[in-house]
Amino acid sequence: MHTLDSLDAASLRSDVPAFRPGDTLKVHVRVVEGTRSRVQVFQGVVIRRQGNGVRETFTVRKVSFGVGVERTFPVHTPVIEKIEIVTRGDVRRAKLYYLRELRGKKAKIREKREATPAR
Amino acid sequence: MAKQIKGVLGEKLGMTQVFDDAGRIVPVTVVQAGPCVVTQVRTPDVDGYSAIQLAYGAIDPRKVNKPETGHFRKAGVPPRRYLIEVRTKDASEYTLGQEITVDVFAAGQKVDVVGTSKGKGFAGVMKKHNFKGLSSSHGTQRKHRSPGSIGACATPSRVFKGMKMAGRMGGLRTTIQNLTVHAVDTEANLILVKGAVPGAAGRMVFVHTAAKGVAGTTAAGGAA
Repeated sequence: MHTLDSLDAASLRSDVPAFRPGDTLKVHVRVVEGTRSRVQVFQGVVIRRQGNGVRETFTVRKVSFGVGVERTFPVHTPVIEKIEIVTRGDVRRAKLYYLRELRGKKAKIREKREATPAR
Repeated sequence: MAKQIKGVLGEKLGMTQVFDDAGRIVPVTVVQAGPCVVTQVRTPDVDGYSAIQLAYGAIDPRKVNKPETGHFRKAGVPPRRYLIEVRTKDASEYTLGQEITVDVFAAGQKVDVVGTSKGKGFAGVMKKHNFKGLSSSHGTQRKHRSPGSIGACATPSRVFKGMKMAGRMGGLRTTIQNLTVHAVDTEANLILVKGAVPGAAGRMVFVHTAAKGVAGTTAAGGAA
């Protein structure tokens, strides 16, 4: 669908930080209640990123009061106020569905070590 | 036709999605429409009804035959590829050679879109007519997608005309009614119609004001 790329470009956001599955994010979501709107923070681990262009979405998973909660957002949605990266995760998969089966310490993701020491 | 119809011919570019004011995803079909030109105005005195003839699309003038070349010369415009007639009561307000662009539509307006549906070839009754087919088990043999009975026996001892059977599907003129115009881009001549539109990308479609629906909303949208 390259003919519509110029149209899609208007919907794309340029302020989305580079993140990948395994990263822990703080997603600031604009919530409209009646007439007033406020910002809600959804913090969790990115378990997938799928699609491309304006259709790209990502899913954030967190465990809230012992219950797993997953929210999927379009990457370019105007509903998101901003995305903060809390930690970079060290994972070997693009889709972290295995986290759904894991509880507690096993569900923890190792943090990526940024600068590898010179050998 | 007592109605005031406004329409524009265009090309379906494809589908994409945009975000609305509330941040919701809206699936839209992008139609590159117009500018069309009026090539003939039909009046009740001369033709017995009132309508306008619209032309759209570039074409090599060498490919246009002599009668059509003369028809376009009469309207004072270079030849176009497609011609369509729109029966509207206010045909007399149009002039020959007048340009019609996408700004006849406004965002939020209801429109009908006419196109040629994608050809599906020879299709069975389940795909073509949404039959349920036969049971997948309970002794059914090699008949899972068949239509079943197509009529009674000695009376009437024939199959009624119009019986739904397998055959060619698609490739027909199809109208989708009451689609909402999400946005109109007058600079790029684009109409963003919410939802799907018949036909493949690159095919010609005709977008016109909705035939049905609440009179007030249509008139208000048409006036805008």
